[in-house]
Order: sequence, then C-alpha cells, then structure tokens
Amino acid sequence: MTKVTMTVNGRKVSRDVPDETLLSQFLREELRLTGTHVGCDTTQCGACVVHVDGKAVKSCSALAVALDGAQVTSIEGLATNGELHPMQRAFNDNHGLQCGFCTPGMIMSSVKLVETAKAAGKTLSEADIRQGLEGNICRCTGYHNIVKAVAQAAQEM
Amino acid sequence: MNAEVGIGARVKRKEDKRFITGKGKYTDDVRVDNQAYAAFVRSPHAHAKINGIDTSAALEMEGVIDVLNGHQLTGDGIGNIICGWAITSKDGSPMNMGPWSALATDRVRYVGDAVAIVIAETQALARIAAEAVAVDYEVLPAVAASVKALAEGAPQVHDNAPGNLIYDWEIGDAAATDAALAGAKHVTEISLTNNRLSPNAMEPRSAVAIFDTSEDHYTLYTTSQNPHVARLVLSAFYNVAPEHKLRVIAPDVGGGFGSKIYIYPEEIACLWASMKTGQSVKWTSDRSEAFMTDAHGRDHVSTAKMGFDENNRIVGFKIDTIANFGAYMSLFSSAVPTYLYATLLSGQYDIANIHCNVRAVYTNTVPVDAYRGAGRPEACYLVERVMETAARELGVSPAELRQANFVRSFPHQTPVIMNYDIGDFDANLEQAMAAADVAGFAARKEEAKSRGKLRGLGYSSYIEACGIAPSAAVGSLGAGVGLWESAEVRVNPVGTIEILTGSHSHGQGHETTFAQIVAERFGQPIENVSIVHGDTDKVQFGMGTYGSRSGAVGMSAIVKAMDKVEAKVKKIAAHVLEASEDDIVIEGGAVKVAGTDKQMLWHEVGLAAYTAHNLPPDLEPGLKESAFYDPANFTFPAGTYICEVEVDPETGEVEIVQFTASDDFGTIINPMIVEGQVHGGIAQGIGQALHEQVVYDDDAQLITGSYMDYTMPRADDLPSYSVHHASTPCPNNPLGIKGCGEAGAIGSPPAVINAITDAIGNNNLAMPATPSAVWKAIHAAG
Repeated sequence: MTKVTMTVNGRKVSRDVPDETLLSQFLREELRLTGTHVGCDTTQCGACVVHVDGKAVKSCSALAVALDGAQVTSIEGLATNGELHPMQRAFNDNHGLQCGFCTPGMIMSSVKLVETAKAAGKTLSEADIRQGLEGNICRCTGYHNIVKAVAQAAQEM
Repeated sequence: MNAEVGIGARVKRKEDKRFITGKGKYTDDVRVDNQAYAAFVRSPHAHAKINGIDTSAALEMEGVIDVLNGHQLTGDGIGNIICGWAITSKDGSPMNMGPWSALATDRVRYVGDAVAIVIAETQALARIAAEAVAVDYEVLPAVAASVKALAEGAPQVHDNAPGNLIYDWEIGDAAATDAALAGAKHVTEISLTNNRLSPNAMEPRSAVAIFDTSEDHYTLYTTSQNPHVARLVLSAFYNVAPEHKLRVIAPDVGGGFGSKIYIYPEEIACLWASMKTGQSVKWTSDRSEAFMTDAHGRDHVSTAKMGFDENNRIVGFKIDTIANFGAYMSLFSSAVPTYLYATLLSGQYDIANIHCNVRAVYTNTVPVDAYRGAGRPEACYLVERVMETAARELGVSPAELRQANFVRSFPHQTPVIMNYDIGDFDANLEQAMAAADVAGFAARKEEAKSRGKLRGLGYSSYIEACGIAPSAAVGSLGAGVGLWESAEVRVNPVGTIEILTGSHSHGQGHETTFAQIVAERFGQPIENVSIVHGDTDKVQFGMGTYGSRSGAVGMSAIVKAMDKVEAKVKKIAAHVLEASEDDIVIEGGAVKVAGTDKQMLWHEVGLAAYTAHNLPPDLEPGLKESAFYDPANFTFPAGTYICEVEVDPETGEVEIVQFTASDDFGTIINPMIVEGQVHGGIAQGIGQALHEQVVYDDDAQLITGSYMDYTMPRADDLPSYSVHHASTPCPNNPLGIKGCGEAGAIGSPPAVINAITDAIGNNNLAMPATPSAVWKAIHAAG
C-alpha cells in the first residue's frame, strides 16, 4: 500500500492504495467517479481518457502511485458551476452519442484535441478531427456526428 | 399539433445529460455492501477432457471465499443453457442440440469455455486465484472451420451430433428451381464467405448478483437487451430461482448489437454463486474475455446460382449455405441462418423459384448467434453480390438489372415465406443514384485515373424483415416464445406521464423517441413524459430490444395503451363537463368539448381520476392503462446504398470517397436519431467489408483476442455518410413504422465490395478487403 495524493476535479484527495492500482481503478473504485469507463485492456479504446496535468491520458495505463501530486480532471469535472462545457453541449446538439459508454473518453480526448489545435493556432479540418480521435473507439455512431460535434465545439471554445 | 417535439421532430435526446456528464449508471458502476468479485477459470484449449480440478492452492489464498465447479452447479439442479428456437431438418428429425452447462463438467469445447468460478474479496485477487486453479486437461483434436467440421474424420464436438451436423434444413422448391435454372439463358454462379465478426459493444458484459438470504430473493444487475427474457430463461430453464423471487435490472447498457440478448454462463454462475457463498457477486468481463466469450456473428460459407431469361429477368435462385454455430447452440442461433436468412433471399426481386439448403455445424469456437442484422446481412450480401456479378456478366448496368426485377406490386408473396406489405424500390434506387451523382461517375473515374487511382461504384438494394414478430407465425416456425411487446401508460394525478415499456434502450434513444409520441398524442411538454424500462420489478413484462423491433412493436404497444387512456379521459371529461363522449377532443394539451369553450386542462383530468369525487358511476378511479401488442406481420425496411471507392493500386488501400444511403423506414419519429442508427449500422457494415475478421488457427486457438489483433473501424477509417429517406408507411402498425436499427449493417457490405471489385476489375475478392487482399486481387487480375 502506498499513500497517493492528487487533486481530482479541483478537490484534493488522499488514499492508501496497492501499488498496482491503475488511475482508472483509483477514480472508479476509490473515488467512485464511475464516469471514466474501461472498454478494453490494451490501451486501444480510449473510453478511460482523463486529463492529467493538462494532457489527455488513458487512465487504464497509468499507475495511481506514479501520479502523486497530479492534477486530474475526469468527465465529472468538465462542467463548471453546473454549466456544460461547449464540447458536452456539442455532443448533445449533434447526437454525437448513442449508448454513452465511449462518450466520457471521447469528450475528454476531443477537448484536448481542440485545445491543442487552438494553442498552435491551427484550425481543425474534418480529416484532422478524424485523425485526432484515432485513439477512441465508438461502436454506435459511425463517428459521423462525433466529428460534427467536435467541429461545432471547436468554433465555440 | 406538437410540431417541436412530435412525430418528425429532431428532438435532442433527453437521456444525453447523464452520459455527457459521466453520470450514466452501467452495471459495472453498481457496487453493493458485502461486495465480492468473481473470476472464471477458462479453458486454454479448444477441445479437451477434464480429468480433474485442483482448487486447493486457490482456496488457501487469504481473501478467497470459494471456488465452485460444474459438478456442484449441476448437482444443485442448475439446468443446461438452451437454444430457444427448434429447427427441424428436411428429413423430419429434430436439431441435434448438445448439452451446455454454465460451467463445464467433463469436457471443454472452445477456448474460453468456463470450468470454475472463483469468488474473492477483490477483483484482482479473484483473477490471481483463478490462475492458481489447476485443471488436468486431456487435449483432444479440435476444428474451427465449418467446412472442415463437416469433413469425414473431423473431430466430434458433441456426441449427439454425428458429423457435427446440427441440422440440414431447406426452404423452397428444389425441383422447380433446378428446372428453372436448367432452362435459363444465363446462369451466374458465385461462392462466398460471410466473415465471422465480434460484435464489440463498447461496454463489456457485466453482472452483479445479490442473494437476499432473508427472503430467498435474487437481484441481478446485468448488461441485457431483454431483462424479462433473461428472468424467464434463468427461472424456467436454468432453475436459478422462481420468477417472483428474481429481479433482473438492466440499467444503462453500453451497446448490444445482439450480443447482449443471450443469457450467458457468467450470469447463471454469478447468481448461483451468490446463493452458495451468501455474498453479492460481481463479475465484469475484460475485452480479451469478451472476444473469447461474447457470441460471434455471421460465419457463413455459401454457393449460389441465379438464372436469367432473355429479358434479364431472374427465373431461379439456388443457394447452399453452411453456418458455423461454434461449440454450443446459443439462444437464437438456430433461427439466424434459417428464418432470418433464407426467408430474405428473394431480396427486392420478383423471383418465382428459390431453393436454399442450410447445414448448421458445430465447431470448437465461441458460440455464434445474432449480431446486428442477424441472417439478413448474410442474405443481402449473397443476393446483392450475385446481382452485381450478373450485371457485369450480362453487360447491363447494375441499376438496370435491379430495375428489371424489382417487385412493384404489393402485397407480394415470395416463395420463401415472406409477404412484403409495401415498398417503392424504384424510389429508393432513384433517390440514391441522384444523391450519389451516378451520372457524373465516369468523369470522376477518369480524373482519378489521371492520379493513378482506381475508382469504382457499387450498389446494394437491400430488404430486411423487422418488427419481430407475429407470435403465432414464429411459433409455427419453432420459436419458443411469443414476440409481442407490452406497455403501460400511467397518468399521474398532476398530469405527468410515465411510460413503462418492455423495450430496452442501450443507445437507441427510446427515452426521447417514445416520449415524442406521447407528447404529441396528449399535447404535453416532453419534459413531463418519462420512460421507464429495464427493470422487471417496474415493468410487468417485455420481450426486449433486438431485430429493429422497438419502434414497430414497442411503440405500437404504447399507442394501444394510449388509446385506452384516451378513452377513459374522454369518459371522465364528458361526465364532468356534462357533454357527450363523442364530442370530447384532446387539443393543445386540454380536453375540450368540440365547438364550445368548455374544457378541462390535462392535469385536471388526472386529478379528477384520482380524487374520484366526481366520476361516472361505473368508472374505476385512477388513470393507468396497459396493453400488449402482437404484430400482424413482419415489417420490411428496404433501400439502396451506393458506395464509391478509390483504390491505390500500389498499396491496395481502399478509400471510401462517398457513401450514399436511401432508406425506406416508413414513418420516422425522430430523424436525427434514425440517421444516427443508419450511420452506426453503415460503419459496422464497412467494418465487416474492409477491416473486421475473427481468426482462429488450425488448432482452433483464437488469434484475434484483443483490439491489437481485431481491427475495429476508427474515425479516420470511415467517411461521412450521405443519408436520405424515401418512405412508404407500413400499413400493419398504427404508426406506420418499419424499423431502422439494422439496415445500415445489412445494406452496406455488398455495396463496398461491389465498388472495390468494380474498381479493380476482379470480382474474386473476399471480406474483409484489407489492403493486402485488395493488392493480391489487383495482381491476380493482372
């Protein structure tokens, strides 16, 4: 057991956890933040993406004890003061989700994709969005409306 | 009347908020007091005898609660897993169903077959302990391919299925079809494989089983498309608990595509283990386990001959199909290559003579069952590949050949059971051709050529049977259940409305679409309508969601219940307003006496029903009605898809440059949601055509056991889709709905392969058309 302290969605939390605890398990089981989903075991599907110190990270492949002191934002922390993030709103506006299982990871990846492009002064084309979401698998939507949602949010963010 | 939220309105989904904020509640999110965790000991061999199981090392681990095996399970009277549809072979013999115990006792028959369940205090410990269970296997020869399983001397999967044959079934008139083909001017022949797929709902299967010792009562949270069917089967066939002592809850479910229809060994074992250990038992599959245990789809090997007369009219169609069922017969497996496949082999065409023979075969692989489309994609792929091939051989355009053979008069009785009620196949073909700018294709092909690319165009005019299904009809064909749907409409004293439905939403947006028809009918704000589903303690009964049935069947049940509510509302209002019932109308959210200013507001009627101070003398208080709706016929969604591709001859890489769909789904309640269903279906169809394939080696070891090996279509593999509708409302249900959930996956694979083979000039190309396969086909055509 190792004590780990992180700031998760703006709140400082400490837990004693086994060393093999993954960040996804830390969020889901220790903090009961079950919006972060696990859809595979090979870092391929992206349902578990959260933000760690400003980067999009697949939380199924990061050890919690290695992230002592980190700033973590999960899907539950994306809306501010009850106001949906433009990416969340865009997914609703464009029917960018069906079963909702890949959605938290898809939204967290998309937010970082747009933020990174903005920081570089780049406008995202449809091809850029598709390539940028290559690490997130959705089985329901065929991606069509996800791409539209990200394009809309990129305008608004 | 309620244009913003009623039928035809693109209402944004009510259910989205919880999903986009991370507040969805899926089965793995459920954690109860006293939670223990399960892991399964699974066979690493495709076929082996079990000579012994040594659990001592696992049981000695601190935190391991118990390890239970198949002998204990069957000893407690837990029944074998059943197939719910009886198919009779052409010689009159029943199908050969081999025994399937949730935990294997003497023999394992596929890699992943469960042998024991380990219950421990943590998930990690359960898995470690499962590794410590020593099973003494005596490895037996195994077979993975259906054709090899039928060969003489093949390993025998079940003792009661000689030659691995489950059934040898036929439909249609063999002699008449042979004669028609003998007299045909031209016969097109084709051999093809419909590749084996893994459904891959993004949420892995999961179960939380809770046994309450004080009441002898079980609760099961599970990833199910049909919780009532799960309860029925767990109770009536597997003897886990009587129905009134078993509550099944399917909360938010992360996609199904058929794979979550079935009641799997894990749910049975978890329920039983919760009783044995007195602990709540939770199991969640990981993705590798999902590849090893979720029912696979497709896996047909077929040959076909289609004969044409001098006017290019089809005179006969003869098909021989071998269907791989895997190691055990899954719940609906037997119906897939028979009544969901062979009955659709007439396609959109007027064909007088059809004969199809189907052999279902055991192999040492994961059980195969319905996956999005279930039999209909296999039929469509066969028919539409044959049509395109024939058009090339006959030297006519693919559109012309289809038009020469379209059914144009309805109802139309095919020679393979189905009676098409309505459709306008020309309208869909013409709409798709216009939207795809087929007229401009030749110029685009030339332009592509100048860049060294091969451009091709492929058609697929699909038809499917949905609205599953008229109970008496499917009963006469061997189904073990009726396929009606139920609904209850509860108007509360304050006028808000709860709809309890036996349909189950796992991505389809029922909470929005179903609310729309209620909001429209009673003129109420859509926020005042809530949809309740997925809990056997709340909803009386339901057959669940699959086969694109929730619109055509589930919503029809709601309409029927609303009819009854409306009748009672009118009685109450007529009494209170002292008018004749016939003069009462529901308009703009109020209940009025037509042509007067006398009215009651909707919630006033609700309140009057529950206060019961002033009701007609013979009327019961309350405002709640239920209905069961049994469809009169199947529904027949149809349409034309056109795919345009560019192939790089250097690499064999295929780019879909345009994908156009024209669908006839009958009445559309929410076009946004319907289009979303089409997008997702097309993506899965393109996945089948270009990327996906479950692979076993010669020893029946699963090679594609993770996303590193099984290619899932990703955002940059797929195009945006051009989706259109030309609709003929279904005459057989009150809303005119046909169903839209599976069309994309049914119609798209042949369009893609027809386009690639058109581009490369070689018709001999199998799915998935990977760059390597396409490159080889280009060079073989040389």
